[in-house]
Amino acid sequence: MEAWRGFETGKWSNGEIDVRDFIQHNYTPYEGDGAFLAPATEATKKLWEQVLELSKAERERGGVYDADTDIISRVNSHKAGYFDRGLEKIVGLQTDKPFKRALMPLGGIRMAEEALTMYGYEASDRVKDIFTFRKTHNDGVYDAYTPEMRRARRAHILTGLPDTYGRGRIVGDYRRVALYGVDRLIKKKEEDKAILDGTMLPDKIRDREELSEQIKALRALKEMAAEYGFDISVPAVNAKEAIQWLYFGYLAAVKEQNGAAMSIGRNTTFLDIYIERDLKEGALTEEEAQELVDHFVMKLRVIKFMRTKEYNELFSGDPTWVTESIGGMGLDGRTLVTKSSFRILHTLINLGPAPEPNLTVLWSKLLPDNFKRFCADVSIKTSAIQYESDDLMRPELGDDYCIACCVSAMRVGKDMQFFGARANLAKCLLYAINGGRDEMVKDRESGLPLQVSPKFEPVSGDGALDYDDVVNKYDGMMTWLARLYVNTLNVIHYMHDKYNYEALEMSLHDTCVRRFFATGIAGLSCAVDSLSAIKYAKVFPVRNEYGIVTDFRIEGDFPKYGNNDDRADEIAVWLLKTFMRKIKSHTTYRESIATTSILTITSNVVYGKNTGNTPDGRRAGEPLAPGANPMHGRDTNGAVASLESVAKLPYDYSRDGISNTFSITPQSLGKSGGERCENLISLLDGYMQGGGHHLNVNVFNRDTLLDAQAHPEKYPQLTIRVSGYAVNFIKLTKQQQDDVIARTIHESM
Amino acid sequence: MGAVGKIHSFESFGTVDGPGIRFVVFLQGCPMRCLYCHNPDSRPLAGGREMSAEEVAREAVKYRSYFGSKGGVTVSGGEPLVQLDFLIELFTLLQREGVHTCLDTSGICFREEDGRYEELARVTNLVLLDIKHADEEAHRVLTGIGGGAPRAFASFLSGRGVPVWIRHVLVPGLTDDDGALRRLRALIDGLSTVEKVEVLPYHGMGEAKYGQLGLRYPLHGTLPPTKERIENARRILTEKKV
Repeated sequence: MEAWRGFETGKWSNGEIDVRDFIQHNYTPYEGDGAFLAPATEATKKLWEQVLELSKAERERGGVYDADTDIISRVNSHKAGYFDRGLEKIVGLQTDKPFKRALMPLGGIRMAEEALTMYGYEASDRVKDIFTFRKTHNDGVYDAYTPEMRRARRAHILTGLPDTYGRGRIVGDYRRVALYGVDRLIKKKEEDKAILDGTMLPDKIRDREELSEQIKALRALKEMAAEYGFDISVPAVNAKEAIQWLYFGYLAAVKEQNGAAMSIGRNTTFLDIYIERDLKEGALTEEEAQELVDHFVMKLRVIKFMRTKEYNELFSGDPTWVTESIGGMGLDGRTLVTKSSFRILHTLINLGPAPEPNLTVLWSKLLPDNFKRFCADVSIKTSAIQYESDDLMRPELGDDYCIACCVSAMRVGKDMQFFGARANLAKCLLYAINGGRDEMVKDRESGLPLQVSPKFEPVSGDGALDYDDVVNKYDGMMTWLARLYVNTLNVIHYMHDKYNYEALEMSLHDTCVRRFFATGIAGLSCAVDSLSAIKYAKVFPVRNEYGIVTDFRIEGDFPKYGNNDDRADEIAVWLLKTFMRKIKSHTTYRESIATTSILTITSNVVYGKNTGNTPDGRRAGEPLAPGANPMHGRDTNGAVASLESVAKLPYDYSRDGISNTFSITPQSLGKSGGERCENLISLLDGYMQGGGHHLNVNVFNRDTLLDAQAHPEKYPQLTIRVSGYAVNFIKLTKQQQDDVIARTIHESM
Repeated sequence: MGAVGKIHSFESFGTVDGPGIRFVVFLQGCPMRCLYCHNPDSRPLAGGREMSAEEVAREAVKYRSYFGSKGGVTVSGGEPLVQLDFLIELFTLLQREGVHTCLDTSGICFREEDGRYEELARVTNLVLLDIKHADEEAHRVLTGIGGGAPRAFASFLSGRGVPVWIRHVLVPGLTDDDGALRRLRALIDGLSTVEKVEVLPYHGMGEAKYGQLGLRYPLHGTLPPTKERIENARRILTEKKV
């Protein structure tokens, strides 16, 4: 076949859909440095200028440039849209105009309408009419929610649930579109469907229906590409087509779904195979290769969704989590770093820093030194890279997994997950102390503190809290919470499958997928320090007029999480293991495998707003720490001690990821550029060798941030990393900006 | 053995305290009162946390996976030589573990007759020697004590073959003087184990701590040196002589 000329054959070409096999047989590892990289072309610069202009106009219009009010977004719902048809090497927009956001009501019609009115738009009468008889995911969920689930939601002890927005966290194998062409993929799905015969029980009926939806989605994908003048029924024949076909696959996903995280996979090693072939054939120069990557990345940077105010407070800064996983090591010992690993990071230089795509380096101590140095250098210049431990993930997941969203690892095209946001374990501790009564929320009828859980025995008296007593009550409260949490997510995911199924994304997965049930923990470090205070110091309860403990008086000192002190760190490990075990004891939807993450993104601020005074001294309403970070200012032994505390958390109990944000000023990394790179590399090596899973690296000045807060117009591209993703600093709310500034920035005196 | 030290604090990510990533131990207590000191809370001999050398070594070694090929442990302060027995024991334990040892000191306590310094030289891989001023009287004005001991310590280290990095804080009005800098250069040229010379530009970030301690900040109003003056100092102190 012409498209596969020069490729080494294997299982992938012999009847199987096996992208990993194709990669293993055909890629070129690269151990050199970045000297070969090319600068931005004129076309790239012109296009990016247009993007910056539109971004400015979008800011001036209050955050949304334009919005669909009548077309309901599906894979093939829109005519072709362009920035500048002559200049763009890679084409395709979510709607028919740049920066115009699509209408996606299947997650919830009220939310879609609310998002529109926020910005001065209104859904058309036709749309309103349709949704009087077409149910949405949100409708379904609320039809099934129990009163207890609604109470937990209202009290914010379960937080950020995807019951009003698309669940996301599903990553199609978009490479399959390029390698095989869509017709081959349709044929495979039809074969799979034909096997699903025999006794028609509900599961099988559902599977048959889902396969039909997948096949329809693939056909719609072809139509979408045809709108742009491309026939993607057949495989890509060169690098430009490979990138275009792959991007069309991803574009179709973000036209069908508005999941919180719409990650793109692990594509650069795959694409490098095509680029290398073109370079050898003389069909492409290095400048042209970089241009293709620049234009592809530009498209990923302008993916947008309409969101409600509530959503923006949870996940601020317009995030899309177009996470691209780069590098890592192969199972056979060769590195998976290629020249395209460099090219995609180089877009941060050619186009300037940006939070999207969410560039994620799969770090191993075995990575080539040149690549490590290149990454460290780009990190120091742009703060736009996050790092995850390939050495930790590879034994379980192999060498063709990717990161969904921020820290969730899954095998590309073989795993999917049911995203479950978080449970607030700091607030759960307060519930343990107060017998399940909320310290902030009142019962609407009686005006008394809301009894969220069934009545539990609260802590009694005014004496210092007894550690064993509190731990006992906390254990009981976590048992209740874990059961409620799993049940709530079961409702959510049943309804999402029913009313907002991700047909296109799932069509790019194997039909027999492994499913994960991804729960999450918020408030870890706050809960740990609170327990430490109770154990090592004296904490006296202060009650309000209802007898609820709403404040605490602390006498004495106590070890804090974040100082590499086992006395506190052991509590963190106990807490994670205990909660995870409780989660695992429950039945999950569709037999999915329960996992948890310690990740909050910017929602640590919202969760903190809804948590009262805690026994560690934190004041009501103040942010919790993001992810697995220590609480602000409590790590007093320096950055490495802080990392070591986090690295002690066992990844085996938190396989959906453990997020850690590390912020430092350049001067604190070392005295010269070379030293700074070396020290950052040593830091990453040391942390991950110690068991650390993930690290967001922010290298910036406090002054830069303060200036950006005061003069956002000067810093449209100032990118910082916040617990699991990067965000344009100026897009955060003021409180979130204050949080970032106040958060421990390790200065050296 | 069994020496107990008074510890001011730890810094687990020391990137400006010697080569590579270092675990820095700041000791409590210093006999000098340098006008520009940015750690005034580390100066009183009273206070600090008591820990044995063994405890400190155990804590430091926890971080060895971050040290890489260049990093290790640096002991600073305060003035580490005030706790010489503790220092020697700590470095002995660390070297036994294969950890690189670095001493950040002014040399102010050095006495030739004190035999313990031979022991110290044996267990120290690198010394960051902070020479405050080349001139005796100016040294006294700047630190409260004359500069004889630091000069003698520098020669001693040379003689014992201990690698040295010279550090000099550049303060407008106090040390930023071409003549003084050239005399410092002459001093350095007389040493044989100097690997590096670092100019540390004065900064005023320590001022905030003085208020907290109820002290007046002696250099209130002094500005950091300009880029040109820093370059000038670097040139005088490090430029190869033709």
